Parts: sequence; C-alpha cells; structure tokens
Amino acid sequence: MDTMRDRFAPVVSRLLDEDPRVAVVLAEIGKDAFHDAMARHPDRVINVGIREQLLVGAAAGLALTGLRPVVHTFASFLVERPFEQVKLDFGHQGTGAVLVSAAASYDWPAGGFTHMAPGDVALLDTLDGWTVHVPGHPDEAETLLRHAVAAGDDRVYVRLSVQSNRQARPVDGAHLVTVREGRSGVVIAVGPLLDAVLDATRDLDVTVLYATTVRPLDVPALRRATEAAGTDVVLVEPYLAGTSTAAVNDALSDRPHRVLGLGVGRRELRRYGTVEEHAAAHGLDARGLRERIDGFLGAGRGATVRV
Amino acid sequence: MTITADDHRTHGYGDLARLMGLMTGDEKHGPAATSTLDVLWVLYDRVLRIAPERTADPERDRFLLSKGHGPMAYYAVLAAKGFLPVEWLPGFGTYDSPLGHHPDRVLVPGAEIGSGSLGHGLPIAVGTALGLKAQGLADPAVWVLIGDAELDEGSNHEAIAFAGPAALDRLHTVVVDNASASHARPGGIAARFEAAGWSAVTVDGRDHAALYDAFTAPHPGRPHAVVARVEPKDA
Repeated sequence: MDTMRDRFAPVVSRLLDEDPRVAVVLAEIGKDAFHDAMARHPDRVINVGIREQLLVGAAAGLALTGLRPVVHTFASFLVERPFEQVKLDFGHQGTGAVLVSAAASYDWPAGGFTHMAPGDVALLDTLDGWTVHVPGHPDEAETLLRHAVAAGDDRVYVRLSVQSNRQARPVDGAHLVTVREGRSGVVIAVGPLLDAVLDATRDLDVTVLYATTVRPLDVPALRRATEAAGTDVVLVEPYLAGTSTAAVNDALSDRPHRVLGLGVGRRELRRYGTVEEHAAAHGLDARGLRERIDGFLGAGRGATVRV
Repeated sequence: MTITADDHRTHGYGDLARLMGLMTGDEKHGPAATSTLDVLWVLYDRVLRIAPERTADPERDRFLLSKGHGPMAYYAVLAAKGFLPVEWLPGFGTYDSPLGHHPDRVLVPGAEIGSGSLGHGLPIAVGTALGLKAQGLADPAVWVLIGDAELDEGSNHEAIAFAGPAALDRLHTVVVDNASASHARPGGIAARFEAAGWSAVTVDGRDHAALYDAFTAPHPGRPHAVVARVEPKDA
C-alpha cells in the first residue's frame, strides 16, 4: 500500500491547479515529488533550501499577501526547530497556514532520535487556534489535507505517518467516529493506532472512538459515549503520552471520571530497528495496550471485563 | 477614539520630537528610539507608496518594522502621516492603548507586522515579496527595517542567502547601524548582503538626501540593502 506521504504531493499539486490561492513551501525535503507542480507553478511552489526559520517566516509572508501556504518537512524541523516562528509568525501576526509533517514519532527508527518529534502535538497545544489532523490511512490523509487547505486562513497541522490502519474510515475533519459500542469504558484511538486498539480490545465491553481530528476535540461525541459506557476513558495517541489528557478532563469536568493517557514515552530509547519494535517498546502494540487497559479498567469502579 | 483637529493638520519632520515627547513625557529620547527616526521619515515622506486610506490596497508598498524595540519614532511617523490619531500617543504602553513597547499589527493601523522578537521581519518580507510576485503584483516594493545587532539572529541570514539567488528585486532591507552589535567587523554588514548577490550601499543615516538616493537607487534583478549608519549607541 502507498503511504500518506505518497498522496501528499499529488493531492496538493491538484489543489495548486484548482486554486490560485494555494502555495507550497518546502525546505528541500519532499521537493522531488513536486517537480511537475513546480514546473507548472514556479511562483507558487517554493523551495527555500535547508532553512526552516525562513520556511515558516516566508510562509507567513505569503499568507499576509492573501495566499494559502502549505508548508512541509519532517515534524522535527517543521514544529520544533522553528517553534517561535510557528508561534509568532502565524499566531501573533493573526494569519494561518497548513503545516504538513512527516515522520513525527518513530516512522524512521533507524534514523534515530534526531528525526523523531513525538512532542509535536503537545507543543502546538501551547498555542491558540490550531486544528490538528492525525489521519490513520492514506485515504483519510487525502480527505484531511483537502479540509485543511479549504479551511480559510485557519492554522492547521496535518500529521502524516508511514503507519496506517488496514482500512480507511469515513472521516470528516471534525468528528469522532464510533467504531464499536460497549458499556464499560471508552477508548479513544487516534490515527494509525486504531488497528492496535481494536486488536487489543476485541473481547472487551468498551466503546471505541476513532479520532483523526484531535484539536479541537469532538467534546459532544465524547460526552455522548460516556453516557452508555461510563466515564473511564483511555486515550491511545501516536505521539507523546498524555497529550490529550487535559482536553478529555476539560470535556468531562462536570462529572467524576478517570483518564488513562497512553502514547509515546518521554524517555529516549536510543534504539534503531523497526516501527513495530518501537511500538512495542512504547507499549503501543496490541499486547502492551491490552495489559495497561486491563489494569486501568479492572481497577475502576464498576468496570466489567467480559472475557 | 475621538479624532480632534490636531489630526487634520499637516505634521512635518520638525513635529516628530514633540510627537515622541507625548509618549516619553519629555523631549529627550534614548538612542534606540531615535536611531530609526530619519530613515523612517524619509521612507514615509518620500519613498513608500502608502497612505492611511490604502492600508488594505494590494498594490501598496509594504513596510515591515522588524526591529520592534523602541518604536516611538515609528508611532510618531505613523501619527504624523495620519495612520493613527495623535491622541493615542500619550497612552503609549498602557493597558487600553493599542501602542505597546513592541508594535502589534492587529492593533496598530498601518503596521504590516507585529515585531519585538528579533529576526522575524526579513523572512516574512521574503515571503511577502514571493506572495506578491506569485499574484502578478510586480509593482509594490517590500521594505524591512532591521537593526545591526538584530543581524546577529541567524534567521536573517537564511533570508539574505535565499533572496539574492532568488533575485527578489522588489525586496529592500534597511539596516540601521548604531554599532550596537557586540561582535561585528567594520563594513561587514554590506559585505554580507553583497556576498549573497544583493545590491548594497552604506550611507549616513541622518542625511535625508543621501538616504533618499540610496533608497531609490536602481538594482535590477537583485534585492537591495541600505546600511544607514547613525551615531554609535554607546557613544
């Protein structure tokens, strides 16, 4: 199967053809895929070289003239390295862009920690007004990229990954998708971790909600789910563990509830290897998830596990 | 805000000290506040094709104040040219005032960017020049003002190194050099721009005729830098 990133340049190239507002800004990474689009739109496909502060600052300048910049590189160099530019050049200037990252958490384990940014969503959470899409399948990535570009002058982050679920779900750029309904807990699976969550909870009486748009969080859908399934909530996120714990707490602040935040650990593994090995090391494979979900729900009042 | 008669009279260069005095409470100003004064005046009085009624015109020139520290001269010039009411000046820095110690484009009429954190204006100016070009707006000039110490920020060098080879000939940078960088070589500022393929000229930052000539010098196919030397900050 192709990857989300394989879809990125073709989709955005079509948007460049269709919409004269769209511009693409790159810092070498990903430029080959835009070769044809660059030939067709030399003034709207811009490669600034390996200069990530300029990447973000120039995108803000484009936005100030009325264009809709789509900015792409690895998450480490898109969100972390030029973070103050992301904060000021979009937020403080009152403008927006679509930031499209790749390889955020451990998509390239052999590349090591310099090319990992599991804290990207948590960092954006310190800022106001960002929409965050985390697709779990290439088809969803295509849909969410279109939503992101069409979102006026909003600030939107799209987190592409080589990790993918087996099948695409009908995502709409805003709402949680109910994948399964149960009565003893709610598990929110974010993006490419849905399959692992479904495998881990196959025989548990839990509601599984699928999230591909995590900011803003679909609060009404979460609250509805807790009416039948109770207020024990497990978050399974493909980035830093606990990133959305506060958002879930806020959504349920008027009722007693418990939240378990699962995700990528802070500790640097200093290991190479494969995506599967890193998922297991962070407890994000089906087995690791099951163990911790059992521990959490088993400890909860009234949580019943049907085996 | 009430617009009073004062806003309708014509202000000249000679009024700027009084306008700045409305912000500082006296007519003595720190060097950071005044190092930019003559550059700003010549640009707004004779070079930039902008006006209070044109702040949303796509064809207007863009002036980006990147060195947002000590913005009293900037506010004074904006007030003198009718972009903001003179009545706003005495409130400088107060809770209800749109005029902060660093300018905010969302609050200040005529301000193209908010600044304060150094090294943001030139990369944004590069994007502005690119964005105008991509929309076929070949006429508007983009100007950015930075300080000599602000050039320490590496983000500027990303922008300088890109803009020369990209031949952004509608892009202009004026560096107000009051020798405030701790580590600098004489002549180094213009040389850095020239090495990246810019047109560059160094002039007396208090000489209005020299500034005007430098600002309007032709620079076909290249972005243009003007280094405006003023009295050293610590002198």
